[in-house]
Amino acid sequence: MSMAVTHFNYIAVIVLMMIGLYVLFATGNLIKRMVGLALFQTSTALFYISLGKVSGGTAAITIYADSPEGRALAATLDPAYVDQFGINGVVYSNPLPHVLILTAIVVGVATLSVGLSIVVRIREAYGTVETDEIEAVARVEAAQSGPARSEAGA
Amino acid sequence: MVDVLHLIGGVLVVAGTLLTLLGGVGVMRFPDVYTRIHAASLTDTGGATLVLIGLGLISGLTLETLKLGFVWVFVMLTTPAAANALANAAFSAGHTPRIGTFQITKSADASQAKPETPRTASGDGKSGAP
Amino acid sequence: MNDIALQASFALNVALLLMLVIVGIAIARSRSLLASILLLGIYSLVSAAWLVVMDAADVAFTEAVVGAGISTVVLLGAILLVRAGPVRHDWRMTIPPALLVLGVGGLLIYAVTGLPEFGDPASPANAHVGRSYLIETPKEIGVPNVVTAVLSSYRGFDTLGETVVVFAAGIGVALMLGFGPRSALSPPPVATGDHHVVLRVTAKLLIPLIMLYAFYVQFHGDLGAGGGFQAGVILAVAPILHALVFGLRETIEAIPVHAVRSVAALGVLLFAGVGLVCILNGGDFLDYDYLFPPSVEAMIPPGLMGDPDHAHHWGQHFGIFFIELGVLFTVSATMVTIFYGFAGRAADEQEAAS
Repeated sequence: MSMAVTHFNYIAVIVLMMIGLYVLFATGNLIKRMVGLALFQTSTALFYISLGKVSGGTAAITIYADSPEGRALAATLDPAYVDQFGINGVVYSNPLPHVLILTAIVVGVATLSVGLSIVVRIREAYGTVETDEIEAVARVEAAQSGPARSEAGA
Repeated sequence: MVDVLHLIGGVLVVAGTLLTLLGGVGVMRFPDVYTRIHAASLTDTGGATLVLIGLGLISGLTLETLKLGFVWVFVMLTTPAAANALANAAFSAGHTPRIGTFQITKSADASQAKPETPRTASGDGKSGAP
Repeated sequence: MNDIALQASFALNVALLLMLVIVGIAIARSRSLLASILLLGIYSLVSAAWLVVMDAADVAFTEAVVGAGISTVVLLGAILLVRAGPVRHDWRMTIPPALLVLGVGGLLIYAVTGLPEFGDPASPANAHVGRSYLIETPKEIGVPNVVTAVLSSYRGFDTLGETVVVFAAGIGVALMLGFGPRSALSPPPVATGDHHVVLRVTAKLLIPLIMLYAFYVQFHGDLGAGGGFQAGVILAVAPILHALVFGLRETIEAIPVHAVRSVAALGVLLFAGVGLVCILNGGDFLDYDYLFPPSVEAMIPPGLMGDPDHAHHWGQHFGIFFIELGVLFTVSATMVTIFYGFAGRAADEQEAAS
């Protein structure tokens, strides 16, 4: 049961990822699927950031230990902890996941836009954004153009 | 002296969050778009104001209080404008305000009321479960 | 004092994650596309608050602007173009995904129990590479914001790739949806009464402030939270707000389509160009220590920055400055291009219908 407390963040983020995945698969509406994909991408970002958090740390911007902010932070922590894990008297959170996720978020919205523009073109071509209706229209079109194509080929 | 200010500041922050929560309750329980916009925007702005005053009292007379003042100006500028935009959009889309006790006014626009609101879809003047 | 602060931070973290789960379930259950899109905006805002609790200031910035701003606008533009009705929920379609999600979720939760506990400073992720970046940045780069230093200098090549991906996405949307050229030639809309005076006045007040804020975030990216990606997205919000309030035609007159295209390409060119200059001066690609040739380095006044490594710190500072500028150009121009694509398509459809 203590695992639920020490690993709460990871379990909650996995629940969020699975909700996003469910929305992606359980609906036939293409735009709802893009919403589910965006949900999935954002929760992956949350997972990375949870990995990089250091207990008692602060944002990864270098501050001096004898400035007001540095002293206020050091007052809330155990001095031995700060000595062991701090850098020049201040404990920071890991900056590397922040870097990876920052660009991932912007790239995520760019790819969301590309996906949505494809959905818009599908709607203009087939008249609907539900996948079962699109398949029906495509089958009808293939049946209509099939005999014409075989005539042209023969 | 500092402790009294911190205490008052803390009380104001809690009051502000409770006010915002009440706004959420209002949005769920009010019957119609316009009353919901009223509930959400008033409590949003008021709650944000109380929280910012409380935080200002806690941080004392420093640069942070000036920054909180700017945040307050920004909130006062944008939240009412957003409420206006919402009400404008609802009006342009054809929502008419419900007048009287849960009855739809018989006008030309009522027939174009959005089907997404479950209560207006029935159209016989009965209110749905609150 | 120690325990209370840490426990309060953890309680806030738990509360925000539970709110996110509730919003996620609401998105899954909602039958209206408009409601799911707005709930996604709320999800992004609550994530931004959670990111601040996790000490990720730069990421919180980006998530708030991108998720609650651009993403919502683009999704709303898409449902306007698609003219979709309520989502059909077929209960038979939900059973295989539910089983899949339960199975995969169960496996992942079982795997996750092997990770080090949350907030552990001695975990392999936090104790080796992350820690070395924090230690080496003041000596090698001399910039207070370690995230910007890693993004622009240590992992600059990575960032070049991301910038090109954003540019390519802009090209993709422009190819599929067009640039909205016809809306610029249409006659001005007939004034329908002054419904929108409040919005117009507020927008006129806010648009210059938004642009000023974007430039502040851009140029203070190495001193505090900020940088090219955040500033680019914030800068793109200003023309989008202008187009939403005053009409797309006015915005295209102010910021023409060919200018936006050129600025996006210029950004990538600037970024890659800085790398090439470093090669020409004898270093590796994007190695800012070689940004200035020795003749220019001799002219840098000694001790100006107060540190002994001032010469190559100047190279790092200018290198980071120029590539962040390149990222600003590309990201802002791409977001505006994407908006022009969606909004222009809607305007073209109204033209064709009338």
